[in-house]
Amino acid sequence: MTEVDITSKTMDGIGPHGVKVGLLRVLGPAHVWALGVGIVLVGEYMGWNFAVGKGGAYAALIACWFAGILYTCVAMIDSEVTSTVASAGGQYTQAKHIVGPLMAFNVGLYLVFAYTMLEAANAITAGYLVSVVATMTGHEGELNQRPFIILVIMFLAWLNYRGVLATLTFNLVITAFAFAAILILFLSTSGIIGAGIMDHAALFEGHALPYGWIGILASLHFGLWFYLGIEGTTQAAEEVRSPARALPFGTLAGIMTLLIAATLTWYVCSGVLPWEFLGDGVNGSVAPLFDTARLSGSAGLVWLLGFGTLFATLASANGCINDASRAWFAMGRDKYLPGWFGAVHPKYRTPYRAIVFLVPIALIFALGAPLDQVITFSILSGLLGYTFMPLNIILFRRKWPLNSIKRGYEHPFHPLPAIMLLSLCGVTFFAVFLGYGTQLVAMIGFYIVVSLWFHFWRYRFVNRGAQFTMPWPKPQGY
Amino acid sequence: MAHYQPPAQGKASQLIDVIVLVVLTVGALFVPIWLRMAGASKSVTAPVANPTWESLNQNAAQAAKYEALGFTPESAHDLILSRFDYSFSIGALVTMIAVILLYYFLILRFSEVEYREVISEKFGE
Repeated sequence: MTEVDITSKTMDGIGPHGVKVGLLRVLGPAHVWALGVGIVLVGEYMGWNFAVGKGGAYAALIACWFAGILYTCVAMIDSEVTSTVASAGGQYTQAKHIVGPLMAFNVGLYLVFAYTMLEAANAITAGYLVSVVATMTGHEGELNQRPFIILVIMFLAWLNYRGVLATLTFNLVITAFAFAAILILFLSTSGIIGAGIMDHAALFEGHALPYGWIGILASLHFGLWFYLGIEGTTQAAEEVRSPARALPFGTLAGIMTLLIAATLTWYVCSGVLPWEFLGDGVNGSVAPLFDTARLSGSAGLVWLLGFGTLFATLASANGCINDASRAWFAMGRDKYLPGWFGAVHPKYRTPYRAIVFLVPIALIFALGAPLDQVITFSILSGLLGYTFMPLNIILFRRKWPLNSIKRGYEHPFHPLPAIMLLSLCGVTFFAVFLGYGTQLVAMIGFYIVVSLWFHFWRYRFVNRGAQFTMPWPKPQGY
Repeated sequence: MAHYQPPAQGKASQLIDVIVLVVLTVGALFVPIWLRMAGASKSVTAPVANPTWESLNQNAAQAAKYEALGFTPESAHDLILSRFDYSFSIGALVTMIAVILLYYFLILRFSEVEYREVISEKFGE
């Protein structure tokens, strides 16, 4: 018999300190799916193709599947822990209750930077897309993309400010459209409907693995981009009607959707675009699915994938603002950051100060850094977060065994997924090191400095016992 | 354990904390870019004079795709021949591993100290 049943009618959805006040609980499993897939699906529309450039088309496919295994482990582990944590902040809140405050502070920053950088990358892509459409419709000269980048970030921040239900319902619609566009492109170009234009054998001839096996390792760096952000479903924990049921369902359905979308995307693009063009996301293919549609000769597909790309970037940026602001808000509420950020809007019940504060941060990076750098910063923060997850689940199972808290979902084969995730993270660190080692060391140097700042300065403003807000029993071993 | 009462933080102090975080963040992300140490840049190690699709190792199908995308052998030269350099030194690899391990050791150790205080205050000794 378990001591605490977090899935029971009385406890499911219990918020911090056992109360049911806080952010507004209005979301269902479909919104969780839309939040997770909406953030990530843009990874199919842009960015993943840098993996082709790092090792060739086959290397990108292998990286896609290894990254798929990594994220499946992430989704399984995350689903178990988050089904017991009905509070905003996602992995930040998990770390606070399971590992400790400094780890939580770091995890909170991983989340904010991973999502804010992803948001910036989305805005850059949206600006690029507008410029391409302008050229296709007769605009002469180079269109200034900056106003569109600013407009995207400001509009979506306003939407998030006004309320989570409208925000994620908007995401649900445009994410479904973007996913359907990939399926239609696959059906139209693979020969299932109409004449096929795939030519994998001829396009791969002489270029199977241009860098050899080390290229496969290097590709894993950008292979993460196929799925980066699926873990963001946990950020909705305080706004979901039934966290114990909806979060695991939405997260696991999301990773299955993405595994299909990622493989289809690789198949379609690599069968139509030469690998050197496909793999260069700066001078070659910025939006590979859109470029594939351009080569199909169908004006309908060009418009479909054009809107698909635009909707995917908007859905992702929208979800990123949602998630980054929840993590920043949760840290403010706990005084890990100035408490001013922990305010909830009196009318819209959204973390409005966190939303507004992160707008200029996103703009700095969207307007000031190239796309591959922005993507790398996002991946690095995500990777540090994934490295935390195996440690998190091992400590969770040790401190609260299965007989102490009944979970909404128990992931199978523990600790195999944790060990596999940790191993794949180690390999990916090496992949990032192959070319982006300076950023890796700079970013970890940053986290060391801010960790010392937090431990020796900031933590004095934090209540000790009050941080532990979940209705869990005392952890074993303490 | 005695209940810890945190000091109240003034508005100016809160503002300074935010500025410190933003400056550190922007610095960590932009300094490598400003110092031109960021990212793996590709280079053409063996350029081809007067390139043709054949001399760029492109078969008929690959050449047709490039032409459909609006490229000529001249304009596609750098795109096709640019390659990353994956050579690295063992010293740099060991340094990276050491920095990562140091980082996780640091946060796990400090976190454990802080966590024991939290549990002690929340649940009592």
